[in-house]
Amino acid sequence: MGLAARVEVDRGELRLQVDLEVGAGEVVALLGPNGAGKSTLLDVLAGLLPPDAGRIALDGTVLDDVAHGRRTAARHRGVGLVAQDYLLFPGLTVLENVAFGLRARGETRRCAREHARQWLHRMDLGEHERRRPGELSGGQAQRVALARALIVEPRLLLLDEPLAALDAGTRPIVRAQLRRHLAGYEGCTVIVTHDPLEAMVLGERIVVVERGQVVQQGAPDEVARRPRTDYVARLVGLNLLRGTARGRVAEVGDRAEVTLAHDAHGPVHIAFPPVAVVLSPERPQGSARNAWPVTVRDLEAHGDLVRVTADGPVPVLADVTPLAVADLGLAPGVRAWASVKAGEISAYPA
Amino acid sequence: MTGHRRRTDGRVPVALLVPSVLGVAVLVLPMVGLLLRAPWRRLPDILSSDAVLTALRLSLTTATAATALSLVCGVPVAWLLARTRMPGRSLLRGVVTVPLVLPPVIGGIALLMVFGRRGVLGGWLDEALGVSLPFTTAGVVLAQAFVAMPFLIVSVEGALRTTDRRYDDVAATLGASAWTTFRRVTLPSVAPGVLAGAVLCWARALGEFGATVTFAGSFPGTTRTLPLQAYVAIGSGDTDTAIVLSLLMIAVSVAVLVAMRRRWVGA
Amino acid sequence: MRDAGARRVGMLVQAIGVAGLLVACGGDAEGASHPDGSPADGSGARISGEVTVLAAASLTEPFETLGERLADRYPDLEVTFSFGPSSGLAEQAAAGAPADVLATANTVTMDTAVQAGVVDGTPRVFARNTLALAVPAGNPGNVTGPADLARDELRVAVCEPRVPCGAAAEALLDRAGVEAAPDTLTTDVKEAVSLVSLGEVDAALVYLTDAAAAGDAVETVDVPRAGAVVNDYPVAVMADAPNPDGAHAVVDAVTGELGRDVLAEAGFLEP
Repeated sequence: MGLAARVEVDRGELRLQVDLEVGAGEVVALLGPNGAGKSTLLDVLAGLLPPDAGRIALDGTVLDDVAHGRRTAARHRGVGLVAQDYLLFPGLTVLENVAFGLRARGETRRCAREHARQWLHRMDLGEHERRRPGELSGGQAQRVALARALIVEPRLLLLDEPLAALDAGTRPIVRAQLRRHLAGYEGCTVIVTHDPLEAMVLGERIVVVERGQVVQQGAPDEVARRPRTDYVARLVGLNLLRGTARGRVAEVGDRAEVTLAHDAHGPVHIAFPPVAVVLSPERPQGSARNAWPVTVRDLEAHGDLVRVTADGPVPVLADVTPLAVADLGLAPGVRAWASVKAGEISAYPA
Repeated sequence: MTGHRRRTDGRVPVALLVPSVLGVAVLVLPMVGLLLRAPWRRLPDILSSDAVLTALRLSLTTATAATALSLVCGVPVAWLLARTRMPGRSLLRGVVTVPLVLPPVIGGIALLMVFGRRGVLGGWLDEALGVSLPFTTAGVVLAQAFVAMPFLIVSVEGALRTTDRRYDDVAATLGASAWTTFRRVTLPSVAPGVLAGAVLCWARALGEFGATVTFAGSFPGTTRTLPLQAYVAIGSGDTDTAIVLSLLMIAVSVAVLVAMRRRWVGA
Repeated sequence: MRDAGARRVGMLVQAIGVAGLLVACGGDAEGASHPDGSPADGSGARISGEVTVLAAASLTEPFETLGERLADRYPDLEVTFSFGPSSGLAEQAAAGAPADVLATANTVTMDTAVQAGVVDGTPRVFARNTLALAVPAGNPGNVTGPADLARDELRVAVCEPRVPCGAAAEALLDRAGVEAAPDTLTTDVKEAVSLVSLGEVDAALVYLTDAAAAGDAVETVDVPRAGAVVNDYPVAVMADAPNPDGAHAVVDAVTGELGRDVLAEAGFLEP
């Protein structure tokens, strides 16, 4: 049961080729940079865009099967969509918006409205039923859009950047509400986002899509701790190196070596947080320290610290205090040594 | 920024000022002329004369009917132009907007060639259904719709283009058919554009002369609308009536424009 | 208010007069290339420039022919015709339109211009016209006489009663005791003829001359005692004619032998 999709779309600049499975009641966050093909995949799942190849089945029912010429129109799929800007119908009241799906399915006006009213109460929107969409706050609009999609009991719910339209202040509250509402939903949920935090909080599983391909998937903490691509590493704020391990030593980058805390063999990913990186004018002395000569490329404020981007045999990100920047005279072009304790490094098979 | 704008605000080059004064004069003087020559004392009598009232009633009903016809047929055309990717769409848009620039008399002649007794469709309509449009009130409505519908189509198409098509997508995922989506989602969201188009269309239909006189003729109570009545008046030497009718048309046009402006400013 | 109106019209005439002068200058320059500038019979040596004639629509064909013949007689004279409904032309003339000659299709309309004081001397009647019942070729409506104009199922065009051909039609129908049921009232007799030749109407009361000018597409049906209703066509020189010499030459031609020939050819009766 649940969603089993294999989708291929060829749009010239973008070649989407994704296998996606979502269990009943599971919330999957589709994480990826802009232009990775996430929204295209969502359109295909919703039936708004025909795939060039592949097969989509939902709860055992085949919706699309290109090889067998099978295709189900959007209105007959039972797939709910909450769009990025919520797209509440501006000509209708909040109540009419929520009742829309039931009316479109032929329910009487009275029946549809009664049902919609219950949903609005469940969403704490009871007093807003007569308002127009333009009079709602972003969070309220999102809940209306969610109620409108859920009232027709879709087997698959798609959310496209559900928090992107909100300002930073209200985002945490709405995110928590959304998480609560999704927890009560029994169908499959796919959330598209480019915000890692959103993906971590809302998704029970994260599927990372880059350039039309799934590059990593797993539980949020797994993805956060062990990124497999530079994109994910950057998102979760980790340095990521690829190398080949022989015991406690791994060879990475331009003939540099990294000392590991544990034995490992073969191709590995090596990750460590920028705060673990120490910058110093001379090569530091001491045991189990990894040290590489680097040249500072860029400095930028990062919370209370300064994030230093440095190039060398091993390119690194380092978070240092403003005091350290002043002491070391760090500026673009300045040479320094970057070092990391072996204990701060995590290595996992690539 | 504001200071800069204020400093240059008062400077108008003579090269722009003189032609603009002339231009305004060209537009305004004819109307001033009508006001100066208006037979104010006879005005109530002329306005309440049978001929004028009959023409006014006919004009109001035909312009309204032509607008209704334009709404029923024009809104779907606008939708096709704005929302579909059918081949020949740009050609269709060209064809549909030709009456905007065509002399209405030409439209009247063309209508006569199609719906006239010996016309392509007219002969068949007459024989098969006993329907003949020239010289009937229905003919007036058709002539007016021919000239006025493009105003509606252009206005509604513009409104449709600015609406987000993702609304249609969302409606589809909620189980709505294309027709339900059009009726309950698309149409309400372009309602202001439809209204503006309908008002323009109505005003144009009300002022229609050339196509009407050519295709529908001129008979009191049946086909002689206000502009035709004004033409008959000036052609038969009744200048006073012609002036009064002109003033009446100007009053209606100004009222329509003022109403539209309020609407636009309010929106 | 009337004064203001008259002044404005005066300014308008002046403005157009300037334009007329420019055209006249062009004409002179052209005349200079013919040193003697003399026409064949030598009688019109001084007749030159531009003459504007406002004429009833029913005069279109004979006056155009007349214009061509006049061009032979006065090579330096350029005659421009403006055809339209007589009442409208008379109204234009009364309002001070810059024309030299006015020719209308009945005396009532000419009187408008006379009373406005824009006509020089007394108008002269130069032709008469009668009405005819015009039907499309083949007479699809089986029209046999004026009584048929009352038939509801026929499409009928008659001139607007306030223009001369409409006034004449009204008089004719009154005499015949027919309550006509027209479908359209045209302000211009030529429009009625067009509707007949297109087959859009089954019958129209038009001038005999117009029916004749329309060619094979239009037939006529005899109207008994049609001659009892007659339109007199008067012509006059305008009081403010920009080119009085040319105007008189044109009026002389219209009322003289040349005019008689051309008008008779077109089916007009002699006064």
